[in-house]
Amino acid sequence: MLEPVTDADGAPFWQYAAQGELRVQACADCGEVRFPPRPCCPHCRSFASEWRAASGRGRIWSWAVPHPPLLPDYAEQAPYNVVVVELADHPRIRLVGNVVSEVGARLDSVPPQRLGIGARVTAVFDASGRPQWVLERP
Amino acid sequence: MPGPGLKDATAIVGIGQTPFARRLPEDERTLACRAVLAALDDAGMAPGEVDALASYTMEETDEVELAKALGLGDLTFFSKAGYGGGGSCATVAHLATAIAAGQATVGVAWRSRKRGSGPRPWTGATAQLPTPAQWTRPFGLLRPVDEIAVLARRYMHEYGATRDHLFNVALACRNRANQNPAAIMYDRPLTREMYMTSRWISEPLCLYDNCLETDGALACVVVSRERARDCRHRPVLVHAAAQGLPAQHHGMVNYWNDDPLSGPSWAAARHLWKHADLTPADVDVAQIYDAFTPLVPLSLEGYGFCGRGEGGAFTEGGALETGGRLPLNTAGGGLSEAYVHGFNLITEGVRQLRGTSTAQVPGAAACLVTAGECVPTSALLLTN
Repeated sequence: MLEPVTDADGAPFWQYAAQGELRVQACADCGEVRFPPRPCCPHCRSFASEWRAASGRGRIWSWAVPHPPLLPDYAEQAPYNVVVVELADHPRIRLVGNVVSEVGARLDSVPPQRLGIGARVTAVFDASGRPQWVLERP
Repeated sequence: MPGPGLKDATAIVGIGQTPFARRLPEDERTLACRAVLAALDDAGMAPGEVDALASYTMEETDEVELAKALGLGDLTFFSKAGYGGGGSCATVAHLATAIAAGQATVGVAWRSRKRGSGPRPWTGATAQLPTPAQWTRPFGLLRPVDEIAVLARRYMHEYGATRDHLFNVALACRNRANQNPAAIMYDRPLTREMYMTSRWISEPLCLYDNCLETDGALACVVVSRERARDCRHRPVLVHAAAQGLPAQHHGMVNYWNDDPLSGPSWAAARHLWKHADLTPADVDVAQIYDAFTPLVPLSLEGYGFCGRGEGGAFTEGGALETGGRLPLNTAGGGLSEAYVHGFNLITEGVRQLRGTSTAQVPGAAACLVTAGECVPTSALLLTN
């Protein structure tokens, strides 16, 4: 499985995720949240930022089901879902992830026909600190 | 005070290409040389007259290699346009801009690629870029088709577009390829049953929603309108040209702004039509970038051929076929002629305006050519 290749702007997200926290970057001056993380606020041009806690609840905005050819670790689990989740408390922040049956489960652990646009999901964090999503009403 | 601008200042006077195939024996540099020489010969110009080059940032044959192999003259302008297939029309736009501004006189744009027999770019995990790949790749969103599949499902959900609409795109391209002996899919018709029963690549997109994997190279020659009078063929004017990178755009993973389904084509189109004497209703034939079928309805909306959300319905009733509202990708496009990062759409636009297409639109006088939608893009409005 590919590990995130982080950069200076994104590293705090992964550090918080490793502690089981979902946080998003926000401007420390005007308060606007932004994703992906970046050095400067596109609203007020401030370079001061903070990491604001998110509830971890969201809805599926869209998803795809990749089939091979894929990289070997992914082909072995294919077909699997990749979802884009819109956060309940930050509706313009959408995170790519996977809906799984329980924390740490395989990418193909939920049948794709169980997914739908608008379905409610909650963030969980696997042993490596990677966020995953579980259906609120499985 | 604005200058005279680009309108009709330059013309495409030569086009050239190699054969297209899943595997060609020669390397990319050799194919690039052959395509450029073919384009110069088509224009009736000598390599020593070339003083400008333009290509894509993803092009592996650089200006130094090309110029020294072909015996080009002193170059005073050379440029590369980024974002993969989003740069196709920008190569011509950059040359037209340079020539109109007096920085060069004879420009060549080209693309040579062995995507058919070479590696698939997404398999290079080490080439993973931290932004935005850290937010997508670990979760198995690995390939361009996966990134577009997410947008496509959302588009279908919001506007009621269907797989039949995407099939209409694939079919129009395949039908035109069946008329074009140079097309890879020349002798292979497509049916609805084949489409609907084909294997998934990334749901909701199937095999036939994806472009071909092709070896091949193409080139074209751009000169001033005045210089074009001396060339071998009827000049095809660059009536308008545009690049487009909209505010808060994120490339093919455009999931992170207020309106992910309003892509770069909208920004390019605003500039293009503002500087043109024509409107979308005046376009006789279109070459729309088609790495994946959903890019076509998105582009039809962006360039103003229909309203927001109407791109799927626009494809109904044979609209994209010969004799339809907007004949599309008349050599077969990336889906069925060849996928060379959209350069074959430029050369086919030129053939339509010369009257030499294998699926000629009678009396075609204006052709829109677009580069990749869902990445920073570019477009040309060609006239004769």
